[in-house]
Amino acid sequence: MTSTSSKATYVIGWAAIVALASSLLFALVLSPPEVSMGDSVRLLYLHLPTIAVSYLGYGITFLGSVIYLRNQSVFWDLLAGAAAEIGVLFTAFVLITGSIWGKPTWGTYWEWDPRLTATTVMFIMYLGYLAIRRMDLPQEVRSRRAAVIGIIAIANLIIVRYSVQWWRGLHQGQTLGVDTQLDGLMLFSLFLSVVAFLFLGAWLLIHRFRVAWLERQVEDMRLARALNERRGEAGDATLGGAVS
Amino acid sequence: MFRDAWLMASKDLRIEWATRVGMGQILPFGGLVLILFGLAISPDLAVAGSDGRSLLAQAAPGLFWITVLLASLLALGRSFAVESADGNLDALKMAGLDPAGIFLGKSAAVAIQLLALQVVLGLGAFVLYGPPLTDLVLLLVVVILATLGITAAGTVYAAVASGLRVRDTMVPLLVLPVVAPVLLAATKATEAAVFGPLENGWSWAMLLGVFALLYAGVGMLAFGPIMEES
Repeated sequence: MTSTSSKATYVIGWAAIVALASSLLFALVLSPPEVSMGDSVRLLYLHLPTIAVSYLGYGITFLGSVIYLRNQSVFWDLLAGAAAEIGVLFTAFVLITGSIWGKPTWGTYWEWDPRLTATTVMFIMYLGYLAIRRMDLPQEVRSRRAAVIGIIAIANLIIVRYSVQWWRGLHQGQTLGVDTQLDGLMLFSLFLSVVAFLFLGAWLLIHRFRVAWLERQVEDMRLARALNERRGEAGDATLGGAVS
Repeated sequence: MFRDAWLMASKDLRIEWATRVGMGQILPFGGLVLILFGLAISPDLAVAGSDGRSLLAQAAPGLFWITVLLASLLALGRSFAVESADGNLDALKMAGLDPAGIFLGKSAAVAIQLLALQVVLGLGAFVLYGPPLTDLVLLLVVVILATLGITAAGTVYAAVASGLRVRDTMVPLLVLPVVAPVLLAATKATEAAVFGPLENGWSWAMLLGVFALLYAGVGMLAFGPIMEES
């Protein structure tokens, strides 16, 4: 196998391109501006799907971690890692688009809004998870520790979110996207963009997973070859000893 | 389990007593951080509408807890640095110690050291930053609960980051985002304890208690898989 693509990823990839292109059309051209936010509402079609995909990624990481701890399945371990990477990528995207959206809505790029603050902490938390996956430890040890953290991370998310909410609760302004009025066409555009980003996320996830799978294969092959070489050396040595 | 915890805690405290790393290095570091905050935030700046308090006094609760968090990173790193040499963790497991007991013991040892540290740093913060004091009881409760939360969560993550060739840079990255809610709640509760009014302070203290309990449970469950090698 020289590529990480297959018939399935080919289809998903094209579906992603078509859906993204049509959601671009709906988000930027066909859907109307919002009453109070005006054209800046169009960022919603980018913002909400990306956060949805990143939450989905963290959900897969959680699921994969639970299954890995139960049966040490390499598949679920690698899938958990790949999903966390996609999650982090999309969270970074969410933070950037949120910040850009904040400028016209709040007047600043950063506001100590509970959602934004909690999302930023979450982002760093999952960077930590990815760092664990790169630690210089034996493979199983590293995978097991990562799985434990992949599970606890969900509880952390809830605590961080709740405490930050409470912290800002006393003097809380309007948050993005919640109390806006969306008509039918806007809802459809939103739905379309969620579908498009789900395809994109799935496509990225499958490829990332396959790269991780191949890496693991190479690692195992290297180990096997090194073992064989050592065995060969050991064989030569005993042979040489017998001759002399 | 509790017997194992007691064994671990007393072992770690004896190591501290013999080496004085906490008292000789972490405590001076904490004091230094308190002074550096004073240099960074001019003591002459006053906050409007706060009875003429200085900015430093107004920010004192948050600065104190940042200092404690930084010191706790060193204490947590130290707690596992002493185990990673010579396969100590393996030896502990071979000795048949309960992982939950090891977790409780190590957290307790760090918690006791941190509490001792905070007595000195707290006095230092009062002297250096000059905030008032409204309720000593709330302050003590907050200090104890926040310390338990920091050490319980911190011990889990420091264990994950432990190993001969890793640690150091991993512990801060893993621990700080997780204890961010502790910083938040402890700062808010401490603000209530020093400036008043008190009612919100007790609810923040409750949050600290819940956090500590939750992480004590998580640590007791998770320590088995974390410590298992290969």
